[in-house]
Amino acid sequence: MTLTAPRAPAPPAPRRGRTVRRARARGLVGWGLAVALPVAFLAVFFVWPVAVMVGTGFVADGRLDLTGFAEVFSRPRTWRIVGLTLAQAGLATAVSVLLGVPGAYVLHRHAFRGRAAVRALVTVPFVLPTVVVGVAFRSLLVEGGPLGFLHLDGTFAAIVAALVFFNYAVVVRGVGGLWERLDPRAEQAARALGASPWRAFRTVTLPALTPAIASSASLAFLFCATSFGTVLVLGGMRYGTVETEIWVQTTQFLDLRAASVLSVVQLVVVAGVLVVAGRARSRRERALPLAVPDDAVRPLRLRRAPGLPERDPLAVVAAAVTAVAVLLVALPLVNLVVRSLRVGDRWGLDHYVALGTAGDGVLVTVWQAAATSLRTAVDATLLALVVGGLVALVLSRRPRRPAGRRALAGLDAFFMLPLGVSAVTVGFGFLVAMHEPFGLPVDLRSSPLLVPVAQAVVAVPLVVRTVLPVLRAIDPRLREAAATLGAAPGRVLRTVDGAIGARAVGLALGFAFAASLGEFGATSFLARPQNPTLPVVIFRLIGRPGPEAYGRALAASVVLALMTAVVVALCERLRGTTGGEW
Amino acid sequence: MSDGLGIRDVVVRYDGTRRGAAPSTAVDGVSLDVSQGEVVALLGPSGCGKSSLLRAVAGLEPLAGGAVTWDGEPVDDVPVHRRGFGLMFQDGQLFAHRDVAGNVAYGLAGRRRSDARARVDELLGLVGLAGYGARPTATLSGGERQRVALARALAPEPRLLLLDEPLSALDRSLRERLALDLRAALVATGTTALFVTHDQDEAFAVADRVAVMDRGRLLQVGTPADVWRAPAGERVARFLGYETFVPAAAAPEPVRAAVPTTPGAVLALAPGALVVEDGPLTGTVRAVLARRGRPAVRVAVPGLGEVTALAPLRAGARLVAGDDVALAVDPDAVAVLASEV
Repeated sequence: MTLTAPRAPAPPAPRRGRTVRRARARGLVGWGLAVALPVAFLAVFFVWPVAVMVGTGFVADGRLDLTGFAEVFSRPRTWRIVGLTLAQAGLATAVSVLLGVPGAYVLHRHAFRGRAAVRALVTVPFVLPTVVVGVAFRSLLVEGGPLGFLHLDGTFAAIVAALVFFNYAVVVRGVGGLWERLDPRAEQAARALGASPWRAFRTVTLPALTPAIASSASLAFLFCATSFGTVLVLGGMRYGTVETEIWVQTTQFLDLRAASVLSVVQLVVVAGVLVVAGRARSRRERALPLAVPDDAVRPLRLRRAPGLPERDPLAVVAAAVTAVAVLLVALPLVNLVVRSLRVGDRWGLDHYVALGTAGDGVLVTVWQAAATSLRTAVDATLLALVVGGLVALVLSRRPRRPAGRRALAGLDAFFMLPLGVSAVTVGFGFLVAMHEPFGLPVDLRSSPLLVPVAQAVVAVPLVVRTVLPVLRAIDPRLREAAATLGAAPGRVLRTVDGAIGARAVGLALGFAFAASLGEFGATSFLARPQNPTLPVVIFRLIGRPGPEAYGRALAASVVLALMTAVVVALCERLRGTTGGEW
Repeated sequence: MSDGLGIRDVVVRYDGTRRGAAPSTAVDGVSLDVSQGEVVALLGPSGCGKSSLLRAVAGLEPLAGGAVTWDGEPVDDVPVHRRGFGLMFQDGQLFAHRDVAGNVAYGLAGRRRSDARARVDELLGLVGLAGYGARPTATLSGGERQRVALARALAPEPRLLLLDEPLSALDRSLRERLALDLRAALVATGTTALFVTHDQDEAFAVADRVAVMDRGRLLQVGTPADVWRAPAGERVARFLGYETFVPAAAAPEPVRAAVPTTPGAVLALAPGALVVEDGPLTGTVRAVLARRGRPAVRVAVPGLGEVTALAPLRAGARLVAGDDVALAVDPDAVAVLASEV
C-alpha cells in the first residue's frame, strides 16, 4: 500500500473490477501451476515407470493376463516371504514402541545434562543409510565380532534388532514431540484425585498419547516392511522382505511376473498401513490441551527430591530402559568405527588408505563414489524440496467447499504413494520405461539425471511430511490479519507461510539429503558401473570375500555415516523450532 | 447516509461441514451505518453473529445476501487487502517470527524506510509502548500484545478499523484501563471503527453508538445513554444487565413514581435500582453479597420479587439475612419498556 491519507478514497470503480478479475486469474494460474508441476513430476517419474514395470508382469501378447497372481501365490516361497515381512515388521515395531515410549518420556519430558547429545545419538540410526546399518550389525554379530558368541549372524533376531535400531528414533521423536507439549495438569489432576503414578499414566497420559503412538508405530511398520538395504545385507538368501524378494526375482531369477505381483502385494500392504496412519494423524490433529514445552519439561530426578514425599517410579523405570536402549544404539556405531580401524591383529588406518584405490569388483575409488553420492544427493534434494515444498503448500490450504477438501485429501494420498511403492520397482521401472519414453527416440537411461530424479521421488514424501504439519499449524487468522493490513495474496504467502515454513525447510533438507545419500533400492539399478554411489560400492564390497574388501566396506560405511551425520547436523541447525512428525 | 461504512441487509451463512448438512445462518439481514470518525460497538452475547458480521465487512466471509458499501460505493468485489479495512483480533494474531516493530511495520510496506520507522515509533508511543520496537513478541504480556496489535492495525491508517473482541482475553482491571486507552487512541487518530464485544461496560466506554445484536439480527441501535435508558424490549434489557421485570401497573408506588410510565408499560430494574437507606420501601434480606467491594443484598420486595440492592459501606456490617431493611429508589437504574408484544 502506498502512502495514503487517513481516509483514502477507493480507486475508481471500473478499473477496480478489471484489476480484481486479473488478480484472481493470476491466483488461479499460480495455484494451478503449483498443483500441475508436482503432479506432472510424479506422473512421469513415478506412476509411469511403476505402471510399465507392473504391466510387464500382467500383459502377455498385448492382453491383460492375471494368471500371474495365482501362479505366484501358489509358490510356498511367496507365502514364506510375505509372512516373514509381516513378522519382522510387526515384531520390530512392537519392540520399538516398547523401548521408544519410555525414551520419549525421558528425552522429551525431562531435562538433564547431555540431553541434546543423547537425542542426537538416538537420531543417528534413523538418518543412517540402510546399507550402513546392515554392515554395522553384521560387524557386530559375525564370528569374531564382539557379540559373535551369540551366533546371531544371518538370523531372524539379527534382522529384527537392526530394524529396531533404525526405528527407535521414529517412535521417540514422534511420541516425544507430542508428549513435551502435553499439558501436565491433566495428569496432576488425576494424581490429586487419588490415582497412583501408574494409574494416572495409564488412564490420562496414555490415552492422550495414543494417536501419536499409533502414528509412529504405523510409520515404523512401514519402514520395517519396506526395508531393503539392511535386510539384504543381513538376511542373505534365507531371510528377506517383499522388497528384497522383488530385487531377487528381478535380478537373480529374471522373473518379472513374480516381481510385478509382489510389487502389487507390497502396495496393498503399505496402502493399508498408510490408511491407518492417516486415521491416527487426523485424530492427532484433534484438539488436545497443549502446553508450552518449557512448562511441561521437568528436570530428571532419579533420587527422591528434597521436599517431595516419594521419588518418581516411572522416571526411574523409564530412565533405566532408555539407558539400555541408548547403549544398544551406541554399540553397533562404536563397533563399526572400532572394527574399521582393526587391521589383522593391530590397529591402523590401512582400510581408510585403501579407500583411495579401486578394485574388488569396483571400478572407482570410494572417494570418487562419495563425490558422486554428494553431487547426486544435492540434485535430488533440490528437486525434492521444490516438488515437496509445492505439494505441502497446496495441501496446507483449507478450501471452503467440501469438493475442494476431498480433492486435497486425494492429492495428499497420491503424494504419499512413493513411500509405499517398492523403490526397487521404481528403479527397475525407470530402466524399462526410460528407454524411448512415450515412443520418443531418446534413451534416457544414460542420462546423468536419472539417479537424482529417482532419489527425489523417494524423498518427496519425507519433505511433505516435514513441512506440511508446520504450515497446517499456522492459524488461518494470521493470514487474515496480514490481508487486512493490505498484504496481497502473494505477500501473505511470502511473509506468513514462507517465513514460518522456512523453519521446517532445514529439517526437510536434512531428511531429503539423508534419504538421497543412503538411497539404495532404486539406485542399485540405475547407477552406472563407472559412476556408482557410495551405498552401491559398500554393498559390492561387503559381498566380496577377503578381509581387505570387508575392511574397506567398514571404512566406507564410516565415511558414509559421517557424511550423513554432518549434513543432517548442519541442516538441523537451520531450523528454529521442532517441526514435522519425525 | 452515504458517508462512511454502509451495511445493507447483510446475510452470512455457513455451509455444513459435511455434505448435505443444512447451512446455518449467522447473520440474518443486518443493516447498519457507521459515519466517518464514529466508533460503533456491536454488542451481543457470544454466538449472536457479531463476529461473522465483522468478518463479512472485512471481506473474509462471503456475503450470502445484501451489500457492504463505503461512501455509497459497494466494496463486495474488492479483495480483503485492497479494502483498507483494518482488523484487530481477540488474541492479537501477532507474527511470532517478527519483533514488535516488524509487526507494526507490516502494513507499511511500500513506504520509505525512514517514514515507516517514524510511523512505527509514533504508534508505539500512542499505545504507550515507546521503545518496545526490538522486543520479540513472545516476551510481551497479554495487555502489551493487544497494544501492539492495535498499533499494527492503526499503522496503515485504515479508513475503517474492525475490532473483534480486542479486550476479551484480558483480566478485568486491565480491560477497563485498556478500554479507555483504546477510546483515546481511536479518537486521537480520528479512526472510524466498528467494535465487537459482549461486555456492555466496554461497549459504553468505547463507543459513540451501540448496536445490540442477538441471534443474527440487530435489536437496537443508539447512543449508550439512550440504549440504557430505553432498551428496546426485554431481551436487550436483560443483556444490558437489567434483572427484574414487572408490569408498571403491578409495581409498588414508589418505583412507579420514579419514572414516567405509560399504561401497559413494563418496568426493568438493574442491580442498584433499590438502595439500602431511609426510603419508602421495605424488603427482607435474603443474602448478603459484595459488588466491587461495596456491600449489596438480595432482597425480597413485595410486588417486585427478589432484586439486588446496593448498600452504603457503613451499612455492611449490620446487614444480616432475614432482617427487614428500608429501601429507596434510584431512577437511573430503572427503565421503561414498551409493553411486550
